Amino acid sequence: MSVRLVWRKAVNAVMLGLTGVCALITVGVLGVILGYLAWHGGRDINWNFFTKLPAPVGEAGGGMANAIVGSAKLLVVASLFGIPIGLLSGVYLAEFGGRWYSFFVRYATDLLNGVPSIVIGIFAYAVVVVPRHQFSTLAGGFALGIMMIPIAVRSAEEFLRAVPSSLREAAMALGASRWRTVATVVIPAALQGIIGGIMLDLARVAGETAPLLFTAFNNLYWSPGWNQPTASLPVLIYTYAISPYDDWHRQAWAAGLVLLALVLAANIITRLMLSRRGAARGA
Amino acid sequence: MSNAIQTAGSVAPSHEGPRAWLRRFVSGDEVAHIVTLLFASTILAITGLLVLQLWTNSRLSRVQSGWHFFFMQTWDPVFEHFGALPFLYGTVVTTVVALVISVPLGLGAAIYLAELAPRKISDVLAFLVDLLAAVPSVIYGLLGIFLVIPLMREVIEPFLKRTMGFLPIFQGPAYGIGLLTGGLVLAIMIVPFIVSISREVLLVVPREQREAAMSLGATRWEATWHVVVPYARGGIFGSIFLAMARALGETMAVTMVIGNDPRIAASLFSPGYTIAAVIANEFSEATYPLYINALVELGLVLFLLTFVLNGLARLLILATEQRGVAHS
Amino acid sequence: MRFQISNLDFFYGPKQALFGLSLNIPTNHITALIGPSGCGKSTFLRTLNRMNDLIRHSHYTGEILLDGQDIRKIDAVNLRRRVGMVFQRPNPFPKSIFDNVAYGLRINGYQGRLADLVEHSLRRAALWDEVKDILHKSALILSGGQQQRLCIARALAVDPEVLLLDEPCSALDPVTTAKIEELMFTLKDSYTLAIVTHNMQQAARASDFTAFMLDGRLIEHRETSRLFTTPSDPRTEAYITGRFG
Repeated sequence: MSVRLVWRKAVNAVMLGLTGVCALITVGVLGVILGYLAWHGGRDINWNFFTKLPAPVGEAGGGMANAIVGSAKLLVVASLFGIPIGLLSGVYLAEFGGRWYSFFVRYATDLLNGVPSIVIGIFAYAVVVVPRHQFSTLAGGFALGIMMIPIAVRSAEEFLRAVPSSLREAAMALGASRWRTVATVVIPAALQGIIGGIMLDLARVAGETAPLLFTAFNNLYWSPGWNQPTASLPVLIYTYAISPYDDWHRQAWAAGLVLLALVLAANIITRLMLSRRGAARGA
Repeated sequence: MSNAIQTAGSVAPSHEGPRAWLRRFVSGDEVAHIVTLLFASTILAITGLLVLQLWTNSRLSRVQSGWHFFFMQTWDPVFEHFGALPFLYGTVVTTVVALVISVPLGLGAAIYLAELAPRKISDVLAFLVDLLAAVPSVIYGLLGIFLVIPLMREVIEPFLKRTMGFLPIFQGPAYGIGLLTGGLVLAIMIVPFIVSISREVLLVVPREQREAAMSLGATRWEATWHVVVPYARGGIFGSIFLAMARALGETMAVTMVIGNDPRIAASLFSPGYTIAAVIANEFSEATYPLYINALVELGLVLFLLTFVLNGLARLLILATEQRGVAHS
Repeated sequence: MRFQISNLDFFYGPKQALFGLSLNIPTNHITALIGPSGCGKSTFLRTLNRMNDLIRHSHYTGEILLDGQDIRKIDAVNLRRRVGMVFQRPNPFPKSIFDNVAYGLRINGYQGRLADLVEHSLRRAALWDEVKDILHKSALILSGGQQQRLCIARALAVDPEVLLLDEPCSALDPVTTAKIEELMFTLKDSYTLAIVTHNMQQAARASDFTAFMLDGRLIEHRETSRLFTTPSDPRTEAYITGRFG
């Protein structure tokens, strides 16, 4: 072998090796995150964590029941607002859309998807918090709901389009009107995929912090009803993490572990479900 | 309902007689059409309203400062000084640092996943990368504070100072917090986006391209680097723009590690501030209209930046994927 | 003899694709491989320059000698430079015409004037006159036939000893096909050619030797004129008279 070829083969081996190292580093980060959180947060997760209110600084114990409930309430509001808009818009795009109007709707959806979450927060502040003169679950849920719309639209459209046209035609051939076909044949056929898309969507906004900072704000106590500021897991992690107290840091770790576990579990279950479905369809 | 019917009149194709339309209306098709159309229209309305709100709520600041807003270095709400330059600087610098780290790393990983790893391993790793993309940013911030900052302060920054301290960007005291740390945490957060999209565009490069290069005596790496990667170039740039848009708008993780100090310093070790971070920190404490308006204007800037980058990214990815399809 | 192949068995994982193939490919002649699709002719061709190495879990047993040397003992990168390949669908790189032809020269560290050799190769591929004014335009603007000749020029530029053509005309119209056949004829003075084709007329017109394959086995291999006029195996006869395949 010539010197040049030896050199080229060496470059080949080194560069290919480096790409493997890059992949290892990238995926390794997930291991580091999980390991570090489990190590620091695992010890402080106990029954109190899920049932008690936060303890004042300096007092041991305490939990974040209010933040867990707060997050759940925010997600309920977000779902009530974001899912109907997202799904029905998806149905419109996949089944009824005209060319130009669909283009604009898709464009707006993509645009909305790219808006930084903090800017969504400003928007929700301007249209909900300012007129009502207070931070509230409603305002936070509204912000998260807007963030849910783009992915809901896209997954609904995508899964509806994936329904084979033969199915549609079969129903129409039996004399069903278009909307009946869509409602009774197409949507049920796409339902699993759509639900999966919504789950991923929820998992994503469940971890959002920035749009809640000045919409849902925070609360050390229970937040009754929907018109009061409320605590939420992500905001609580943030406030505890940047605080100077060791007790709070430990709580932040524990809360981080809970949040991450929920988000990853939702992702893993959904993605496995969807990929198995995809594999079955491909076979 | 009468309102809905009026809207429908404009939707139904005009060449049809009113009777045909009425029939479809009774059968429910037209009702379903209108209902879904209304919901789809709310998306347009929300997007329009968002832009409008950003525009009107930043009016005071835009009128008062004009273009000076972007060139003034002082941000001091107490004396009503609102200069955005330190935030623009911090945002740009952290984004650049993030890209310098994440582009080679992400592209390398994508090449490994698309070109070298057996399909099954590649799928599993891509799955893990998707999970990484799903990790909430506040979690990255948490690890940033307690893992990355000490690491930077004790190990990495002293090391950079020893080895490359002659460069102005690696001088000054190593606090651990600062622009470099912000950029590093951002890099870790955006790598999954680069990997996942780049892998997809690399996978649609026709096999014949790779084989043509190898049949000429190219090594595996040469075939990849000279032929496959350039073929997918558009999509890879698209993924980078997309990642850049994420980096610009990313709030929590950066806020937690950057130091939140509106200053402009050459050293990457110095604390800084980004647009998103200042909004997060000061918005709920902004006490008078001009202050709020200035923060909203920063939000508007952020919106426009990400808008442009996302648009570019989408075009590039689309163009590349269509080329891949046309050839195979 | 350029290639001497004996007892070649080829496997994709557990699935065997070639069974006990033995044949020689003579220097400065054109050898055609015919047979119904799926008979293993492309697999065989891709074994000769170890292109199949890229397919995971594939391997072969038996012996393939290039100029008397076992190809497993030749470095794969070197082997592929010596044994060029033209593919079924034209696959120019999305670069300029010039860069396409120069690619192999550049990676091999060619020291002379690139422009001369690029011109020489394009002339050999009978493409020079059509592209000499647009050398720096993208190769993708060329027609299918021109692209395929460009791919031949690209393969010729690194000065291989053998040129393997894997159904090079299957995506082209008859006029362009005739051009490529003509080109092959002029190339055999300096190169050894092996062509896979599903087109029997093409094999009859353009080759010196023809090998007929069926289900991964070599059925018959002899001079083209004799194989097509007096086939010795009934299966060959059935195939060339169009009774199957």
